[in-house]
Amino acid sequence: MFADGDLMALWLTLKLAFISTLILLVLGTPLAWWLARSRWRFKFLLEAMIALPLVLPPTVLGFYLLLALGPDGPLGALSAMLGGGSLAFSFTGLVIGSVFYSLPFVVQPLQNAFVAIQPATLDAAATLRAGPLDRFFTIALPLARHGLLSAAVLGFAHTLGEFGVVLMIGGNIPGQTQVVSIAIYEHVEALEYGAAHGLSALLLGLSFMLLLGIYALNRRFKLVSP
Amino acid sequence: MSISASLTLKREDFELSCTFDLPDKGISALFGPSGCGKTTLLRCIAGLERNCTGILSVQGHVWQDHNRFVPAHQRQLGFVFQQPGLFAHLSALGNIRYAQKRAWPGDNDKTIEIDGLINLLGLEPLLERKPHALSGGEQQRVAIARALAINPALLIMDEPLSALDYQRKQEILPYLQRLHRELAIPILYVSHSRDEIAQLADTLLLMENGRINAQGPLYELLTRMDLPLARRSDATVVIRARSAAQEPEYCLTRLDTEIGELLLPGLHSANGEFRVQIHARDVSLCLERPEHSSILNILSAQVDTLQQEPQGQMLVRLKAGKAILLARISQKSAARLNLKPGLHLYAQIKTAALV
Repeated sequence: MFADGDLMALWLTLKLAFISTLILLVLGTPLAWWLARSRWRFKFLLEAMIALPLVLPPTVLGFYLLLALGPDGPLGALSAMLGGGSLAFSFTGLVIGSVFYSLPFVVQPLQNAFVAIQPATLDAAATLRAGPLDRFFTIALPLARHGLLSAAVLGFAHTLGEFGVVLMIGGNIPGQTQVVSIAIYEHVEALEYGAAHGLSALLLGLSFMLLLGIYALNRRFKLVSP
Repeated sequence: MSISASLTLKREDFELSCTFDLPDKGISALFGPSGCGKTTLLRCIAGLERNCTGILSVQGHVWQDHNRFVPAHQRQLGFVFQQPGLFAHLSALGNIRYAQKRAWPGDNDKTIEIDGLINLLGLEPLLERKPHALSGGEQQRVAIARALAINPALLIMDEPLSALDYQRKQEILPYLQRLHRELAIPILYVSHSRDEIAQLADTLLLMENGRINAQGPLYELLTRMDLPLARRSDATVVIRARSAAQEPEYCLTRLDTEIGELLLPGLHSANGEFRVQIHARDVSLCLERPEHSSILNILSAQVDTLQQEPQGQMLVRLKAGKAILLARISQKSAARLNLKPGLHLYAQIKTAALV
């Protein structure tokens, strides 16, 4: 049904979304926890920065990332110093870009879930001999599990649909940086509407199923919560 | 004195500064108007207020002094909050096990202790349920079991009954009284309900505006004329009683109390030492023993002090038997009877209640 190139793009897209989501959860969870609990007065600065990708044209984000990842940029220079190659136009570069691009989609549901936990619940855990880490893993994470799932699904789905950032920092190298959204663009440019239809329908179905899962879960969660 | 504290907490609009000692067993009640800082003081004791300074030692362990602050999770205490604060993702039993897994080492076999707790608080039918499937009273009972399962050296209870209606209160109070009798853990209990305190407390800490005004045995503080407790319109005394004998013929119960024999309507049974509460407004005074009165309880007493109250009222402190009684009468009656300290008279008690 799909050509080899399309399958490769599909595989690459899923791999990118999966790895980015994993990194986002590892970085985003402690960040969201800190944002939910901290009383630092300049916290809003950080929150605004994290929310930027929600409103910024992806090409703008991609442009700055291209500068940062290129051989003269700070991240590119760091990579060169560690003996790695250039980050621009590489899969690693795409992962870094995706992490920035999808960060608000992971941090915000997590932060909301953590904020919703009653301080009294955590105080109670503290009086039951649970230290800070113990409280985080045995109380906060399980109570925020719906937020965690929402964050993972939204991060994954959002990375699936990435286009502008990839175009700027990844280009269009099959097997390395050519993701499905770019492949669709290519097909349309070449007037291959059949292939474009196939990939588009697949992304549409996949994204819809993921969101359907989240909303169904939210509905059920609300019914159960007291 | 096994718990000794001198704690200070400054906030923008409020200052807490409390010094007190508590005995190592029994229930100590922290009593005071809303907003006087009771909850904040408890949180300071638990280590939940990081800005609290001062000295605190419990059963020989220093929890806080000028160069040390033991965090909440390293203080051997149990805390029952105003809102139960159960972990929503765990069942009732899961909540109790959470504490059991982290319990402080003790002499007793823990499994037996947990079973005993579940039994003591009547939790068997609730164990598998999640918190949202429990009523407020049931949640609070689970929270009490959970706080005890940690094997605390001190149990702190912050108005555990305040969120509950009368019915639920009556459901939990017997359990608290059983805890009181059966466990050797000191309990610090916050309440602004006079009746709860009359039922439960041994020692009283009176708090006002972030300070401890007075502390001492319940029986003494209730009858101290210089304290706001006796001045309130619902002034009351609590008398210790030992045995109860039923008189089924008249549906009465005969009690042997510190102030003498009392007859109570209804058939009651009670074991060991128990309490009788008598409101000051239910006590009237006569110079001679009334021979033709419908009132059953007439005791000989001696006037100790008199205190004028607003609106023509007079509060009379009386020595009766081995204890103190309070009577609230009108100033006119006091003048007519020519009441003076030392005067012998008779107190008629209209109603008394077992608590």
